[in-house]
Amino acid sequence: MIEFENIGKSFGSNHVLRSVNLTVERGQSIVIIGGSGTGKSVLIKTVLGLITPDTGKIFVDGQDVAKAKHDDFLSRFGMLFQGGALFDSMPVWQNVAFRLQRGHLKRPKAEAREIAIEKLRRVGLGPEVANRLPAELSGGMQKRVGLARAIATNPEIIFFDEPTTGLDPIMSSVINDLIREIVVEMGVTAMTITHDMTSVETIADKVAMLHDGAIQWCGMLNDLSHSGDPHVDQFVNGRADGPIETLR
Amino acid sequence: MITLVTSTIRTLGRLVINSLASLGRVALFAVSTISHIFRPPFYPREFLSALMNVGYLSIPVVGLTAIFTGAALALQIYSGGSRFNAPEVVPQIVAIGMVRELGPVLVGLMIAARVTSSIAAELATMKVTEQIDALVTLSTAPLKYLVLPRVFAGILAGPILVGVADSIGVFGGFIVATQTLGFNSATYILNTVNFLNGADIISSLVKGAAFGFIATLMGCYFGLNAGRGAHGVGAATKSSVQAAAILILAANFLLTAVFFTA
Repeated sequence: MIEFENIGKSFGSNHVLRSVNLTVERGQSIVIIGGSGTGKSVLIKTVLGLITPDTGKIFVDGQDVAKAKHDDFLSRFGMLFQGGALFDSMPVWQNVAFRLQRGHLKRPKAEAREIAIEKLRRVGLGPEVANRLPAELSGGMQKRVGLARAIATNPEIIFFDEPTTGLDPIMSSVINDLIREIVVEMGVTAMTITHDMTSVETIADKVAMLHDGAIQWCGMLNDLSHSGDPHVDQFVNGRADGPIETLR
Repeated sequence: MITLVTSTIRTLGRLVINSLASLGRVALFAVSTISHIFRPPFYPREFLSALMNVGYLSIPVVGLTAIFTGAALALQIYSGGSRFNAPEVVPQIVAIGMVRELGPVLVGLMIAARVTSSIAAELATMKVTEQIDALVTLSTAPLKYLVLPRVFAGILAGPILVGVADSIGVFGGFIVATQTLGFNSATYILNTVNFLNGADIISSLVKGAAFGFIATLMGCYFGLNAGRGAHGVGAATKSSVQAAAILILAANFLLTAVFFTA
């Protein structure tokens, strides 16, 4: 279970997160929606220690993230970054097996490669891509490799940061289905950030909307269409008019 | 009038404070890097790759710079020395000039131009594409994996490159002196060898290590602290080379003062 308690974060005079309170149950797939620049990625990064919140606390299964032993703690997580964030100097299989070749999860090279190829196969990529460099792959393939890297060590919690950004609708659908399958199959806790409503419908058990530095609305996917919140309504239906201010 | 004065003082004060704060951040980064240098985990493959880039691949540019500088130095000293009826000092001055000053400084500046810029651009690109964040989430400290191998390679490659530059620079002077200025080869070599002492060579190598450290550290520092987008990468690259070049020249003055004014 992940608990956010009064999380606040500012960058200079820009108060990105004011007071975020949110609970993600174990084994649940939550999707965070919200406009661009509302701090969705910042929220995920606070859990992983990539950004330190100014105020508030985060607990993962009751453990205070700020006091967690970094290496052991991080090995519980997997993350799919928005642009893939693949290491462009190393071939695909080494990207996938990166964590398996270092630290306390270290495996012999042959075994690490074997696991990498198995994970690549799980995300629909054949062994022929294993020796290619990330720059030689399409955007969709890079996302798949990023996904394979995120699940390489069978983590308990996976974060997906804008998994379909930059992909065509068909590839977006493929990635959404893949994420859903993996989340169900592995029984992981998943936290996805997106403003793609198709992703929300495919991936989410629960949806939370971040607006003005706080959780505006949180509920089950079935309740999203009749949330009764004008902010959620405007966002879900993609209307320019409404309580959410837009620059024109 | 008073407003103008206070405004000027405020601007100058802000400039000084910002400069000192930047210097402090660089110093803390340097201390943090040094304090981790002998602590595991180590990444030998990254170190060898960095050593190849910093050292081996810099040899051609360092060699070419040194040979032309040594040759030009011989011509200048012959011309200047002739005014005092002392053109025979060419071997000694070429040797001392190359070994004590020009060899290390040219290597430092060449590393700053070639290596600092490439490290800064590489790490800055990794930062803007979230590869640094990905490293952290994969339980790998960027300081250990990216910074230490490069800085350690700089410390090791610096003296080797300086040794190469010193030798090739002196050789450049030798070629010009013996082929165009009429010096006897054996006498030239003898004068060079006899004039140089251990302190000259040690100071040269120490400078090489210091400049290698500065050049790689600046590349890493500015790369990891790059701003967003292509502008961030460009700004980090430019700042890293500027900072490395200035710090190398300042460190050269300090090291020269330490070695030769005691």
